[in-house]
Amino acid sequence: MFGAGGGTCSYKEIEETDVILLWGSNAREAHPIFFHHLLKGLDNGAQMYCVDPRRTSSSKFADMWLGIGVGTDIALANGIAREIIHAGLTDDDFIAHSTDGYEAFKQSVEPYTPDLVAGITGVPASAIRELAHAYGSADKAQILWTLGITEHHNAVDNVLSLCNLSLLTGHVGRWGSGLVPLRGQNNVQGGGDMGALPDKFPGFQDLTDPGSRAKFEAAYGTFLNPEPGLHLTLMFEAMERDELNAVYVIGENPADSEADIQHARKLLEGLDMLIVQDIFMTRTAEMADVVFPASIAWAETHGTVTSSERRVQRVRPAVTPPGQARHDTDILIALAAALGSELGPKDPAEIWQEVCSLSPVHKGMTWDRLEAEGGLQWPCPDVDHPGSPFLHGWLWEQDLGGRGPAPFSVVEHEGPKEQLTEEFPWRLTTGRALDSYNTGVQSSGYDSPIRSGEALDVNPADAAELGLLDGERVTVTSPRGSVEMSIRIQPDIPRGLTFTTFHFPELVDANVLTNDAWDPRSGTAEFKAAAIRIDKIAVPAGG
Amino acid sequence: MADLHFTADTATDAEAAAVDALVGPDDAAVLFETERLVRGGQARRHERRHLLLPVLHALQAEIGWISPGGLNYACDRLQVPPAEGYGVATFYEMFRVDDPGHTESVVHVCVDAACQVADAAGRIAVLEAEGKHVHRSPCLGQCERAPAVFIQGRGEPDTVPADATDVFEHRQTGRDQSQLPLTHWLGVVDPTSLDSYRAHGGYEALAKAIELGAEAVIAAVTESGLSGRGGAAFPTGIKWNGVHDQTGRPKHVVANCDESEPGTFKDRILMENDPFSIIEALTVAGFATGAENGWIYVRGEYPLATSRLEHAIAQARDAGLLGADAAGSGHSFDIELRRGAGAYICGEETALFNSIEGFRGEPRNKPPFPTTHGLFGEPTAINNPETLINVLHIVLHGAAAYRSRGTERSPGTKLYCLSGAVGRPGLYEIEFGATLRSVVEQAGGVQGNLQAILMGGAAGGFVGPDSLDLPLTLEDAREAGTTLGSGVIMVFDDTVDMTPVLVRIAEFFRNESCGQCVPCRVGTVRQHEVMVQLQTNGSLAADRVQLIDDMARAMADASICGLGHTAAGAVQSALKLGIIGGTQ
Repeated sequence: MFGAGGGTCSYKEIEETDVILLWGSNAREAHPIFFHHLLKGLDNGAQMYCVDPRRTSSSKFADMWLGIGVGTDIALANGIAREIIHAGLTDDDFIAHSTDGYEAFKQSVEPYTPDLVAGITGVPASAIRELAHAYGSADKAQILWTLGITEHHNAVDNVLSLCNLSLLTGHVGRWGSGLVPLRGQNNVQGGGDMGALPDKFPGFQDLTDPGSRAKFEAAYGTFLNPEPGLHLTLMFEAMERDELNAVYVIGENPADSEADIQHARKLLEGLDMLIVQDIFMTRTAEMADVVFPASIAWAETHGTVTSSERRVQRVRPAVTPPGQARHDTDILIALAAALGSELGPKDPAEIWQEVCSLSPVHKGMTWDRLEAEGGLQWPCPDVDHPGSPFLHGWLWEQDLGGRGPAPFSVVEHEGPKEQLTEEFPWRLTTGRALDSYNTGVQSSGYDSPIRSGEALDVNPADAAELGLLDGERVTVTSPRGSVEMSIRIQPDIPRGLTFTTFHFPELVDANVLTNDAWDPRSGTAEFKAAAIRIDKIAVPAGG
Repeated sequence: MADLHFTADTATDAEAAAVDALVGPDDAAVLFETERLVRGGQARRHERRHLLLPVLHALQAEIGWISPGGLNYACDRLQVPPAEGYGVATFYEMFRVDDPGHTESVVHVCVDAACQVADAAGRIAVLEAEGKHVHRSPCLGQCERAPAVFIQGRGEPDTVPADATDVFEHRQTGRDQSQLPLTHWLGVVDPTSLDSYRAHGGYEALAKAIELGAEAVIAAVTESGLSGRGGAAFPTGIKWNGVHDQTGRPKHVVANCDESEPGTFKDRILMENDPFSIIEALTVAGFATGAENGWIYVRGEYPLATSRLEHAIAQARDAGLLGADAAGSGHSFDIELRRGAGAYICGEETALFNSIEGFRGEPRNKPPFPTTHGLFGEPTAINNPETLINVLHIVLHGAAAYRSRGTERSPGTKLYCLSGAVGRPGLYEIEFGATLRSVVEQAGGVQGNLQAILMGGAAGGFVGPDSLDLPLTLEDAREAGTTLGSGVIMVFDDTVDMTPVLVRIAEFFRNESCGQCVPCRVGTVRQHEVMVQLQTNGSLAADRVQLIDDMARAMADASICGLGHTAAGAVQSALKLGIIGGTQ
């Protein structure tokens, strides 16, 4: 947010906030540990508004669920913004001092009247007003989101539309108020922090900035390519153009997880060289020329992970890795050595020292402090700094410290790329279930008492219209392909919408259906909005 | 609590209708406004949880039991976790969670002390021979007309057969009742008529209280020396002042009408024959403490008291004596009535709060005390009807007049529940300080040769004939190692075999212990086992008597409420008096 890739709040803050706006996130199932913090907030009296096309299990904890149409998030956010402005609930001092571009933004949201937005989103105008007033007049309020916001072709605009709301009301940079994108793994944050992005060095230092580049070149004694690399979606496009022929995949299973999966698999198969480094023999690993078995980070290695609240914390091995499995850094260092390059120390504490020396936000987090203080939250610029529970407190300082004010962003409603047609009249969205994890690599090998299996959730009235029975097998087809799966009649899903998880690609290859239209600024595909057709499977006559 | 997991059992139409009558679809904790807009959340859920007990009553009354489907439906409407709903349903004597296998009303026959001695077993045999479905019940609060019967209706209202013919009459002869503060209107005022109540001077106390102002009312109550009549004798003025001093949160006054101490029936007679006094006194309490919410929690086994109170509340509301500007006081006050469902422990004040709130009626730890954290965690003054009605007299006539009766440390009068082997069992209002002998004599004297008297109910203790000259005051009783408790005086003649009586008292506590505190949960069971051994063997080994004493100490030291503190009192006193078992 505003120049730093991390949630602005600590987990503790949601326990003390007044209004929680959970948007495009089924945290109850996808972020169950974080959800415990959220539940404490509800117990302490916070109100929660959930915005989600489905009445998810998270939504069932909400004071109000707004079941917007898939991909209409920006219309709703702009409508809320307009209502906040018209109701006089803006924080005018904050806007004047700490933000930029308010007038243009104000004009841009003016057309988004409650009635217009109600028409676009499908939720009543009165509810839009109520949500705007609750958020706008709260003392402390947070907006939390996950993939319901970011797995769209206009993901960045979606995020910016939510940031606008926090700037209007001053709900950022203060204890209890903020913007929180929840991370899907214990160390997604850490990956980005360490520069696992095509255009960033560790600590979100820009690759294109000559100063940053000079610092890293000096530290490593080598030339660094100033051209940003490719993110995942661009890599697949480069494979398609035959410009990318060798891929080294670490801890990712794109052969199951990509949108329009048949296409993605074909591209992976066409590579000259595929190397996979993973803790499991994934479908991608099965396609690989070389597989490096890795040890499990959280149970078999020394190191650190960084949570969604930017807290760097130590992990320690509890068991010895089996067989030939090795620590990821071991593998990388050995591979580099075989290629004739010395990557430096192997010891995790020494590697961490290197991070502290090169990343200003991590500078004060010595290995000993991480150990002694139970983790620290970046930015932590020196060894006396206590770490930062929340980000962007500077927005509230009299002197912004040389930083520019936070900009409003003018964003417009577009809707999903793939429109419903007569041929594909049903909207499909995808998501996750509590007891499973992504493509099932780490979870489907275990039994679960609450596992309900892969099925297409359909509203009862829609099922009746299609003449479908609960559990009936159908063919589901999108412009990209077809899969056969069962119907689950589900009253919590609005009419016209269908839903499936994608945890069992061996059984139901749900990503055959999903759309790989993607946002050029984030590289994320529109998993959340495909158009499909549902066909009964013809029963042979007399059968 | 939102993603609740229900079993597949569904409610029948009748069950759904019974629940919907109290919590319709528009009142449910989850409100489906449109296909894309649903309201729910903690606040709506918390606001409705207190409806669980009434809803369970409705299911039980309509269907004769609380089926899994009915419970699912109720829990879904209120968003109560079904396991918690089941926990509440199984807490109460009057609720069944197993199919009774018939569709008839159930006859509850009391098997506790007074009724046990009055041949409850014979009554049960007769009823069963008639083909009735009999439930052996703990004390039904009708000890003066033992053996007591209560009919839990199925598709018809609950009834007490004895109510049909029972007309209240003062049984104390040769005394002028009209000046007694608590019982002067019993049998005089028509309990179904607000006009009759006012014609006899009703609601003059409330008018006077409004004239005096809240502080002056509390000062008078404090000065009067009035103390709680439920057994604990806490000074009422201090309690009210504590609530009065709390500001900024909703406040409550509660009439604890869950009289269930075996041998006690005084509040039932007050409620049935003088309901307006309770409502007026509760209104005075609300005015004095600044509470806007009045609650009456009445025993489930008291159908007549319930209907009389409900009727009286409605009349008072119609007359503007309750409501936004109650009796022109400028103070908003209204009363909601809740029926208990058969649980002795719900007479404990914090258990009663939990019961109203829709939780199992388990006592809470104290502190915090109800004056700061009572019903719904808010400041609450809770008193029983006898205590409350005293206030009317104090307000009207002043503390000095009140103190002219009784003794210095026990001012005023006391209601006694006389039962067992006396000439005229019933309710007696007598000044503090009268001897036990004189009280028994006013009730027609002991019939036969006196063996022992149970003072204060099952939670009290036995005294022998040598205690007849004991002056009945709080301080004298305490000094003599006994208690007035709730005013129970249950007389046993020398023909009664006391061992079965004590076995039953021990069984009563075993059944009624809520089970939260280990010493009480285990101690009441051990005590009952020892009593059964006594009945089987005819005598007890010394170590068994020691076990009773050890358990008594553990329960007194480490239980959080009065049940555990007093559960061994009757057995210990009976052993000491030698009316049961000698040691081997």
